[in-house]
Amino acid sequence: MQPLTSKAKVVDRRPMNMWERMYLPAIAKGMSITFGHMFKKRPTVNYPEKTRPFSPVFRGLHVLNRDEEGRERCTACGLCAVACPAEAITMEGAERLPSEEGLYREEKYAAKYEINMLRCIFCGLCEEACPKDAIYLSETFAPSNYTRKGFIYGKEELLIPDPKTDPEAFARARGEHGQEAPAVKTNSQMR
Amino acid sequence: MHITLLALDWTLFIDKVILIVIILGLSLVIAMYETWAERKVAALMQDRRGPNRAGPGGLLQPLADGLKLFMKEEIVPGSSNRLLFILGPGLAMLTAMMTSAVVPWSSYLEVGGRHFDLQVADVNIGILYVFGVVSMGVYGVMIGGWASNNKFSLLAAVRGASQIISYELAMGLSIISLLMITGSLSLRTIVQEQQNTHYYILYQPVGFLIFLVCSFAECNRTPFDLSEADNELNMGFHLEYSSMKLGFYLFSEYVNVFISSAVMATLYFGGYDIPFVDDAALAQHWGQNPVAILQAVCFFAKIVCFIFFFIWVRWTIPRFRYDQLMKLGWKMLIPLAILNMLVTGFLILLRHH
Repeated sequence: MQPLTSKAKVVDRRPMNMWERMYLPAIAKGMSITFGHMFKKRPTVNYPEKTRPFSPVFRGLHVLNRDEEGRERCTACGLCAVACPAEAITMEGAERLPSEEGLYREEKYAAKYEINMLRCIFCGLCEEACPKDAIYLSETFAPSNYTRKGFIYGKEELLIPDPKTDPEAFARARGEHGQEAPAVKTNSQMR
Repeated sequence: MHITLLALDWTLFIDKVILIVIILGLSLVIAMYETWAERKVAALMQDRRGPNRAGPGGLLQPLADGLKLFMKEEIVPGSSNRLLFILGPGLAMLTAMMTSAVVPWSSYLEVGGRHFDLQVADVNIGILYVFGVVSMGVYGVMIGGWASNNKFSLLAAVRGASQIISYELAMGLSIISLLMITGSLSLRTIVQEQQNTHYYILYQPVGFLIFLVCSFAECNRTPFDLSEADNELNMGFHLEYSSMKLGFYLFSEYVNVFISSAVMATLYFGGYDIPFVDDAALAQHWGQNPVAILQAVCFFAKIVCFIFFFIWVRWTIPRFRYDQLMKLGWKMLIPLAILNMLVTGFLILLRHH
């Protein structure tokens, strides 16, 4: 029969000769292989200390963005919640008071914004739906918690640090200051 | 009369007690770090990293493992024979530790004009003692398997016991040809005859090979670990064991590896002889004590090499099937050992005439 590939290998079924039946050469060969492996480069990455670089389009945990003046961008329009196929996002809107103009960019803001990370499938549709560039998927991932409740992320967990009061944490959250690609994609990168 | 009978040589007594404590402690520590080395070497050979969380390079891992074993619940099966169930691991550990008594760790230390042999007991039937104690190790396996009152434990124990007994034969026969050359059963005499790198491996390569294979079988190490077969059959004879009783079984295996490495180094690789150096001349030059310490270091280096070899083989060669095991033991090693014996005897006779 015509072989389908060139990889076919004829199996040698001849009885072993004296040299082979001693097994010692075969054992020595096997031992040299295992010994050689001791000096090979290991593909393992020491995970919590070192991580593999992600591509900038990686979809990890969400971040609620702020604008340059540190105001929250989200206006609680609910488009992300509508877009979400897993129905992981809930929010409550509230009207901005005259004294809060430094806190929220628009007249309406999200008083409560929750994402259930156990429901979320990290598709990134909320990111696409957002008209205000308020929600982004970062490169952080693998959250862990002892309870299911802990996986419902509120505004404390989601909001990016204020660039005015805490510029370093803000830069870290965006992945500047460092080797890795930005954790949060900025407007200029998106456009 | 009474006084002379009871008179003890207290220096000798204290010297031996200190030596015993050191050696027992050392063999336990080495056994502990064998478990670490086993995991580390296995990892390296499989392109992994191995234990690296507990301490630098995972060096505290054996302590963590030991702590875990102590903390675990101790289960004695209701239908088992309680006394024998506890006796089994104890016996395994005891026999593993007892063998170290006749191994000469170094030549001797000179303190205050007295010679302190670095050997617990220079018995003139040293090798016979080793064989006697090692064959008692079967009881640890057998009693443990029997007392568990579990069919699988018993089967594994019988499997292990028959393996150990079969390989003891070939081991004894391979030693006979060595003894024909040495003319002595004392391990110290055997080492002294091998000074200046006249190692018996050069005279008895086949005998060494047989001894090596048999000591793998005696230690229940991987090509012959049928009594345990940790990964597929079941846990073997210690299936019903938990907590530190299980720890004792596993630990005694590692102590056995250490001791059989020591015995192999003693019999075939010159024991505490410093390779390629005239020890006696060096002792004249440097004094006895530093040379004795250097000899002990050399001996331990040889032992560590053997331990590495044990681990290396474990992570290379797959387990034998039971019929292959028996075929290798009875149909290959024993005839080979007898042949080796005959050839050695013939050559010795030839040299005499």
